[in-house]
Amino acid sequence: MKSLLKIVPEQIESFKPTNNKMLHDFLNGLPGVDKVGAEERGAKLSIRSIKTTAKAEGIDLSIRMIDLTTLEGMDTKGKVKSLCAKAKRPDPVDPSVPSVAAVCVYSDLVGIAKENLTGTNIKVAAVATGFPAGRVSLAAKLQDTADAVSKGADEIDMVIDRGAFHEGRFFDIYEQILTIKEACKSAHLKVILETGELKTYDNIKKASWIAMLAGADFIKTSTGKVQPAATLPVTLVMLQAINEFERATGKIIGMKPAGGIKTTKDAMKYLVLVKETLGDRWLTPDLFRFGASSLLNDLLMQRQKLKTGSYSGPDYVTVD
Amino acid sequence: MVFEYAPAPESTKIVDLKNNYQLFIGGKFVKSIGGKTYKTINPATEEVLAEIIEASQKDVDLAVKSARKAFKTWSKLTGSQRGKYLFRLARIIQERSRELAVLESMNNGKPIRESRDIDIPLVAAHFFHYAGWADKLDHAGLGKNPSPLGVAGQIIPWNFPLLMLSWKIAPALAAGNTVVLKPAETTPLTALLFAEICQQAELPDGVVNIVTGAGETGKYLVDHPDIDKIAFTGSTEVGRLIAQSVAGTNKKVTLELGGKAANIIFDDAAMDQAVEGVVNGIFFNQGHVCCAGSRLLLQESIADNFLDLLYQRMKTLRLGDPLDKNTDIGAINSSSQLQKIKELAESGTKEGAQMWSAPCEIPNKGFWFAPTVFTNVSLSHRIAREEIFGPVLSVLTFRTPDEAIEKANNTPYGLSAGIWTEKGSRILEVAHRLRAGVIWANTFNKFDPTSPFGGYKESGYGREGGRHGLEPYLKAGK
Repeated sequence: MKSLLKIVPEQIESFKPTNNKMLHDFLNGLPGVDKVGAEERGAKLSIRSIKTTAKAEGIDLSIRMIDLTTLEGMDTKGKVKSLCAKAKRPDPVDPSVPSVAAVCVYSDLVGIAKENLTGTNIKVAAVATGFPAGRVSLAAKLQDTADAVSKGADEIDMVIDRGAFHEGRFFDIYEQILTIKEACKSAHLKVILETGELKTYDNIKKASWIAMLAGADFIKTSTGKVQPAATLPVTLVMLQAINEFERATGKIIGMKPAGGIKTTKDAMKYLVLVKETLGDRWLTPDLFRFGASSLLNDLLMQRQKLKTGSYSGPDYVTVD
Repeated sequence: MVFEYAPAPESTKIVDLKNNYQLFIGGKFVKSIGGKTYKTINPATEEVLAEIIEASQKDVDLAVKSARKAFKTWSKLTGSQRGKYLFRLARIIQERSRELAVLESMNNGKPIRESRDIDIPLVAAHFFHYAGWADKLDHAGLGKNPSPLGVAGQIIPWNFPLLMLSWKIAPALAAGNTVVLKPAETTPLTALLFAEICQQAELPDGVVNIVTGAGETGKYLVDHPDIDKIAFTGSTEVGRLIAQSVAGTNKKVTLELGGKAANIIFDDAAMDQAVEGVVNGIFFNQGHVCCAGSRLLLQESIADNFLDLLYQRMKTLRLGDPLDKNTDIGAINSSSQLQKIKELAESGTKEGAQMWSAPCEIPNKGFWFAPTVFTNVSLSHRIAREEIFGPVLSVLTFRTPDEAIEKANNTPYGLSAGIWTEKGSRILEVAHRLRAGVIWANTFNKFDPTSPFGGYKESGYGREGGRHGLEPYLKAGK
């Protein structure tokens, strides 16, 4: 395979790497990422001024895009129950606040989440495949995925094998994603790259492509367990990879930055990034999600501020 | 439309506009002796901002005399004393940066994002940089105790009004000269606000004199017999007249003139960042940039794909109110400049090039031109040779590095160029063979006070910025 730029879309549509060398050659043919330029563009977009009506729209859009997440060792059924209640009705005193997109939990808690969300459009997402490190056998990863799917998970957030990436075993990652995708059946697959461990933008772009080629519905930055998690330039590079993939194949891939997005201001920056990189078409929960937990309360407080003109404070939003 | 940005206008309350402005001579605002007046406008609204004096020959003479008088004491100050004043100017510029940025955008039409984040911070940086040089002139590369020239006549353009003022005034003052500066006819207001800042900084009277006016006033300044040095930034046409006028005199000259820079994209460039660099290269400041990357040289194998990405990106450019914080493309500075851009764009279509413009809503009032790309351009077209000085990009293609270099150099100008490739060795080789004063690699339109700036061929001579920028204002020491 030569550089993407010399490939016509029909060719890439049917591109199925059959060995590691083939995939390497293909990925090496992709245009690289200039670090200085990517960071500069991220910074430039982060100073857009989002006020009044735009802010109000952005807040509700962000709420609708949240994968409300709890991924703690100490998670209990009770915790997940109250998270589901919050997901359905984020602000108990204001029914005009929309529900979030999904609740994201460990696979053993999928059943309880599902139970508490029946009758709503809120999806249940499960992290699987040995989250967060992914250092278990493929059999264990498959079992983990199958468990979650059988309990009714609508979405699977899998992690890639970063060790394999640094060893250059791109084809192994590709094959694993293919296999997991199959195990997902009708559930949507989000592939977590753990960009904080891939380190360079070139690596992040390559990993994005591996995931998209293997059938990811979404690509996701981070587990939230590694620093740095989502950043603006990392998200920008992944959005640009999505753009490149769409232009080559016609396939539309979603994006999920996760970890470290805590404030309304942050969320607005991400929406700007999406709007000006991929366009309005991607500004929907079907194609863009925030993996976050504390973000929701800041959005709610800012929403109250816009409505009433004054800040309410953290005691006027529920902790879970 | 989803998530449409609400208007976010910067308030103009911070700016205290006067109805009439006088000339700044000998540390005071003075009436003109027989000079006419004209109105300066906001190019985005065509509203009159203030009445400005067109300085007469007598006014210019008075300004030069005042500078000459001040030179006697200013040049005798120690470097650290002069540096103290320059540091003070730099700090006041920072303190009043919002006021300066808003006024610059009002009078010039440039987006507030640029005047606030680029122009004014660079202005302060230039004063800080040369403030630091004032007591280190022995290290300027001109021997021990280099001496100032005397009175400098400085004429600046309208594209970066206050930034060009700082490029001129800061090194001149650091080196011990005094100045008479003429801002551009259409953008005098920040220079006049700078005059107030000179008063606030208690700069000795006459060290900086500011005379407003048009070409005629500039000519009085250039022809004045008691001027030791002319520094000009502007068109090649006027630069030529200045060079003729000072030929055979003792006056030193630096000219920073036009350009038609090539921005060369090789097939191994980081595409998304290169697209961004091309946008920044030609649409920054509405393309009113002498070093703008106005000729895009694309390797043929990637041309179609690159142009698709470029058009996609250009569709997101936001044209409109320069004071809106989300505006990317502001107003064209004047009706005459707009006419010139339109005329050249028409020539492009007539000569067979294909025009594509970003779909922008053009405001009813003011002077505007949508960001535009011409493809199917050949080197013989006017749009490939003449400086348009507007948001218009001419696209040419090449097959080999040699061809890229040959085409890039095939211009009477030589101010700047850009190289985009992920291959370090290619950057070095191509940069070495390009005849241009400033070369950017994997970036474009980056400015820094420590870096010398200036051109080859018809782009002028002399360097501004950094240590090199001191040389035009100093005589070698013994």
